[in-house]
Amino acid sequence: MSDDARDVVVANNLVMTFPGMTPKSPEIKAIDGLSLRIKAGKMTAFVGPDGAGKTTFQRLVTGLYLPTSGSLTVLGIDVTRNPQAVQNQISYMPQRFGLYEDLSIQENLDLYADLHGVPQEERQKRFQRLLAITDLASFTNRPAGKLSGGMKQKLGLACTLVRSPELLLLDEPSVGVDPLSRRDLWEIIGQLVKEEQLSVIVNTAYMDEAEQCSHVFILHQGKILDQGSPADLKSKADGLTWVVRKPPAMKTRVLQAKLLEQRQYITDAVPYGDWVRFICCQQKDIDKLRPSLDQYELHSRQPELEDAFMLLLHAAQGYDDQEITDFKQITMPTQQGSATDQDKPVIVVRDLVRRFGNFTAVDKTSFAVERGEIFGLLGPNGAGKTTTFRMLCGLLPASSGFLEVAGMNLRTARAQARAKIGYVSQKFALYGTLTVEENLTFFGGAYGLSGAHLKSRIKMMQEQFSLSGSARSEELPNGFKQRLSIAAALLHAPEIVFLDEPTSGLDPLARRMFWYTIGKLADQGVTMVITTHFMEEAEYCDRIVIQDAGKILALGTPDEVRRQAGMGENADMNRAFIAIVENARHATHSAKEGSSS
Amino acid sequence: MNSLFFWLRRVGFLIWKEALTILKDPANRVILFAPALMQALLFGYAANYDVNNVDYAVLDQNHAHSSSQLLTHLDGTGVFHRIATLNSSAEIPDIISDGKALLVITFPPDFERRLSSGESAPLQVILDGRNSSTAGAAANYISAVVADFNQQQAGAAPAISLETQAWYNPNLESRWSMMPTLIAALSMMQTLLLSALSVAREREQGTFDQLLVTPFTPMQILIGKAVPPVLIGLIQSTIILLIIYFWFKVPMNGSVALLYTGLLFFNIAAVGLGLSLSAISTNMQQAMLYTFLLIMPLTLLSGLLTPVQTMPKVLNILTYANPLRFAIDLVRRVYLEGAQFSDIAFNFIPLLIMAIITLPLAAWLFRNRLY
Repeated sequence: MSDDARDVVVANNLVMTFPGMTPKSPEIKAIDGLSLRIKAGKMTAFVGPDGAGKTTFQRLVTGLYLPTSGSLTVLGIDVTRNPQAVQNQISYMPQRFGLYEDLSIQENLDLYADLHGVPQEERQKRFQRLLAITDLASFTNRPAGKLSGGMKQKLGLACTLVRSPELLLLDEPSVGVDPLSRRDLWEIIGQLVKEEQLSVIVNTAYMDEAEQCSHVFILHQGKILDQGSPADLKSKADGLTWVVRKPPAMKTRVLQAKLLEQRQYITDAVPYGDWVRFICCQQKDIDKLRPSLDQYELHSRQPELEDAFMLLLHAAQGYDDQEITDFKQITMPTQQGSATDQDKPVIVVRDLVRRFGNFTAVDKTSFAVERGEIFGLLGPNGAGKTTTFRMLCGLLPASSGFLEVAGMNLRTARAQARAKIGYVSQKFALYGTLTVEENLTFFGGAYGLSGAHLKSRIKMMQEQFSLSGSARSEELPNGFKQRLSIAAALLHAPEIVFLDEPTSGLDPLARRMFWYTIGKLADQGVTMVITTHFMEEAEYCDRIVIQDAGKILALGTPDEVRRQAGMGENADMNRAFIAIVENARHATHSAKEGSSS
Repeated sequence: MNSLFFWLRRVGFLIWKEALTILKDPANRVILFAPALMQALLFGYAANYDVNNVDYAVLDQNHAHSSSQLLTHLDGTGVFHRIATLNSSAEIPDIISDGKALLVITFPPDFERRLSSGESAPLQVILDGRNSSTAGAAANYISAVVADFNQQQAGAAPAISLETQAWYNPNLESRWSMMPTLIAALSMMQTLLLSALSVAREREQGTFDQLLVTPFTPMQILIGKAVPPVLIGLIQSTIILLIIYFWFKVPMNGSVALLYTGLLFFNIAAVGLGLSLSAISTNMQQAMLYTFLLIMPLTLLSGLLTPVQTMPKVLNILTYANPLRFAIDLVRRVYLEGAQFSDIAFNFIPLLIMAIITLPLAAWLFRNRLY
């Protein structure tokens, strides 16, 4: 009994099924026989790829969903019988928190306090504290709709915490939030757990966040793959984790790709500056690899939570071995300029400015992208990276400045200039009701392909990306939707491919495959321009640019950026990013103070 | 020549895609043709101003031969049905206000005496004015019956006798004048909605950006977006035309080719309007709202329900901006009157101007809408 009292959530053989998307498709088992106990007064993380059942589980705990079968007790109450009693004691922050965009920060807080029946006398103290720790105190009159993504998320958290709950549920609180705001958010949560002995259940896609929790559940297809403290989980990868240094003449991602192709020995490999981190399948595998790696510098390294996660996920899911060999054969018919053009940059941007009313989204930005480069645009939300990106693709006119893509300004040049680029948008933006083949036919036709030539290109793309032609596009899983988007963008063999946040919404394995493909394409001379908010993905880029408040703060290879941040080659990109943005903000802040005094 | 072929071939892909997305959307498929069919039938039976069935009541305070003779005349028309015989005038308000009878005829106590003494005998008819057009028609009908009766009584021909002859619609059936206009009016609602949704849907789903980065010129996108709704509009018009001709048997006097030429121009103007609405909308909801806001005044100011000529001057001027006004005039005249091109050429001019303004506007808005 006393044992149960210290468990905030007890689930026994919990099952939750949803009907399929069409009447014919099979029902979806979001939660598949889950049994677990979650301790009170602790932070518990749920990690897992998209669709693992994390959100469904939280909604079951809140009583918003009724389980198909099994039992679930929250705070000692049977949720299925008395959801209201549970809801009176918990706070839940869903992925898209319902802020009232036209109401100010203060009005949003008041409204949520009213909804939760927080007594007037308690409010002022609570509000002050929440506003202080979220750093929102100076903007209380600003409408919520005018806040940045990170600030909205903080306000959402503050509204969730207008009362002190017995149990706090957070569903991916930091998704789409830049590293700076992400760090702040977690500091707030950590502080509250310490001061109020809160029990917190948090879903996250970030391993560094899970590492701050005392217990981690790894979910996969509605089942628990593994659980334990971060240290316990890490130990699963003991002796399997290594790093290898690239020779000076080689690109890191080339070495990474070589390692990834050794499927029988290597589970996973990711670039990290000049190094590639990899995980062996078994301890003895490193000996089999040594001969082929002997020309490189090789060390073992401390396992991290990510390693354990990838290891478990691979064991459960596994790569389709066929795929990786398919990708090896990716061939792009070359459509490059004459030899003299080869050395010229394919994208030139000088003093680019874009204003919206009196707000300057992009301020005097200049850079150049070389042919065959993977060029990353990074920055906090609202930093101007999307605006820059849209101007490069010709979707948005620049207010002033010089912009040249593949030798032309896409905005003003004839439509034929656009034939040289491919575009993959953030959201799936092909026609959902059309089949894979119909979509490819249309986009091929749009770029002037036809007849047998079009047919052979479509066939080639379908084979390379393992896409079946008759499937309705909107019914494809996320990873395949993205493959289709990329295939459609590559049909006409463009010189440059623009990809906007291509990896958001993909599970870690799909992301590896994606970057592998991108690397292979770049090796064949296709230039890739990519925006991403996953900082570790900067490592795949040849060069990156970091923007904040419309200005370029850093430009160079990942290692150069690390050096600029004053960090060594072991620093992770997240920390380098935070350092650079904070230094710059600090500098403008003190410059303003200097001029005013 | 060759480049024109490539240009057209790429437009062809776009048209094919548009048609496919329209037809593959199950929600779309239902609204494509079923409403046209249903509305045509509904309008044919329900929207009818002809007075064929009038319920009336009688308050006969005289009970004489001449009053019952007049009533026999009325009942003999087959149009009037006596539903009650009242005993006092106090019963009149209830029977009218409940809508049981459209009118009450009152014979005063001295009806017979005045008639036989050669005086003029008043006959009171109380009408339910809440439905003015039907009441008016019924009153006209009664006047005609009474005039007939007077003539028989007097035994002499009146000084002037009216010989009316309605051209193009000999029995003045409102169905005849109403139904051909539906060929334009009903299909407009669909083409407008379809085109208004087309760009808005792409913006909402994010596919429009994908389309804008392809080498399509705004002109090509415009043609690709316009052709399928125009064709669907024409198909709907055909369905309605067939119903009118074969089901309701309204005879057609004009040339089918001229009718379709007119409808084609009309549809292009309507689609231009729809695409412009679509290009300024950020999402489908907005586009739908704009369309519904527009359809009401377009219908009212078209001459579909009330003649344009009798509208106040300001409204009359406004009707010149309404493609439906000219389409309705054109269809009515070609269908009923058998008008030739030279008779209705005037109607093409506003339609053309409309298309010339709205289509390039839509094309420009595709790329330059304020972000």
